[in-house]
Amino acid sequence: MSATGIVSQLLQLAVALALAPMLLGWVNQCRAWLQGKRAPPLLQPYFTIRKLFWKDVIVAANASAIFRLTPYIVFGAMCCAAAIVPSLVTDLPFATAADAIALVGLFALARVFISLAAMDVGTAFGSLGARREMFIGFLAEPALLMVLFTASLISGSTSLPAIVESLAHRDIAIYPSLAFAGVAFTMVSLAENARIPIDNPATHLELTMVHEAMILEYSGRHLALIEWASALKLFNYSCIGIALFLPFGIAEVSDDWRAIAWSALVVKLVVGGAALAVIETLSAKLRIFRAPEFLGTAFLLAVLAMLVNQLLGS
Amino acid sequence: MATLPLYAQLINLFAAVLLLLAFAMLAQRRILTLIDLFAAQGFALACSTAIVAYGTRQPHLYASAALTLVLKVIALPLILHRLIRRLDVRWEFEQLINIPATMLIGIVLVVFAFNLAVPISQLASTVTRSTLGIALASVLLSFLMMITRRKAVPQVIAFLSMENGLFFAATSATYGMPMVVELGIALDVLVGVLILGVFFFQIREQFDSLDLRHLERLREGGIDEEGEST
Repeated sequence: MSATGIVSQLLQLAVALALAPMLLGWVNQCRAWLQGKRAPPLLQPYFTIRKLFWKDVIVAANASAIFRLTPYIVFGAMCCAAAIVPSLVTDLPFATAADAIALVGLFALARVFISLAAMDVGTAFGSLGARREMFIGFLAEPALLMVLFTASLISGSTSLPAIVESLAHRDIAIYPSLAFAGVAFTMVSLAENARIPIDNPATHLELTMVHEAMILEYSGRHLALIEWASALKLFNYSCIGIALFLPFGIAEVSDDWRAIAWSALVVKLVVGGAALAVIETLSAKLRIFRAPEFLGTAFLLAVLAMLVNQLLGS
Repeated sequence: MATLPLYAQLINLFAAVLLLLAFAMLAQRRILTLIDLFAAQGFALACSTAIVAYGTRQPHLYASAALTLVLKVIALPLILHRLIRRLDVRWEFEQLINIPATMLIGIVLVVFAFNLAVPISQLASTVTRSTLGIALASVLLSFLMMITRRKAVPQVIAFLSMENGLFFAATSATYGMPMVVELGIALDVLVGVLILGVFFFQIREQFDSLDLRHLERLREGGIDEEGEST
């Protein structure tokens, strides 16, 4: 573990924490433009988080310790994930502690705790949201694992920096398996980040909400941490997608391409956020009982990617 | 895998697209979309055949690619669209097994086909031999589609899609069949669809429906009293 490794590790974590709300703001802005509305400012998520940090916390009388601890656990899990996923550099000393499978485990940990907290207070909406979240989660997780396995099979390792390095250095060739896995990954990230075909992040209409239903009871700094963690989750998923499918331009060990890595990351995030807004504008929200078909298709695509990779070797 | 020439990579790509389209057809509820998917499958097949022809310098494969294009992308979808309009069966059709379960069975079939094809494709010497598993898988998936569909028109489309898979198997294993055989099969498929089109009208006239459950029981004198119309 070298000093530059620790510096780049901390730098990447700081970048993730700082840029995540901006990515959320950019997606919201693009979506408002595409829908012909006046867009909120780019920095609106920062204003919201600051406002929430200043407000008092109100906790329900029968809330247990789980309810109070969950925002910190969720935020911590997302920070760990941001430290593992190579977005700027692949020289990440911390990433040796956890591979791609542990990354899925981190997301699962956050999901379990936020669902527990939603049921903890005992309101009807909380447990409704928690049930739906687990329902979506148990279908999305295997598909995400299959996508990561496909990338691991191609590069021969489950460690994320190793995957990124080998994918960034391969010869230009057509990989049908990666194309399938890319589509599957897009579908899974839409579902996991409470985006439109599965959940609508902009609604508080009680019968259709999933993520919002779970965090209804939170206020003040707890809510601020959860909002920040959701922004981080979106940022993490975008970075995983970039790392697996568009890894070009990332800075590597003993590499001084920091400027290129920065600009590559920013350009990819801007384009990816705009693409997310386009997908959200073009598609209609599915009924909750159609979600298994949507995620089943994602799982199917991911498995096909793995099988095609086995058969064709590409 | 960087040693593979570009045309072989393109063939692999189209093979993967073919498999994907087979799954899309398996999951499709609407009959008109099913026909469009069938046309897309034919197009992918024609493209891959043309690429095989280019890559291996087999000029007769150009002819079969053109035949595929004319027959399976233009003629058959047109005939099927006309049939659907005349029969007025544009509604969503039911399946015997629900869609996620069908998909899972499909995945099992694909694994089975891939395992089956590995020893065979090691015997072949063609550059496209690794796609034999995909060809076998799409044949099996079409079988599955015929089994899980209850109405007559989707079953016929499944039958045609099975022919696509067989054609792809022939191209990938042996660089295509002799021209006479190919012409014969193409004509057979065309005539088969025309005859089945006549059958559709006969079946509907007899039973007031295209549901093939009515054909399962042998009975004299047509429909009985309890024959429900679905």
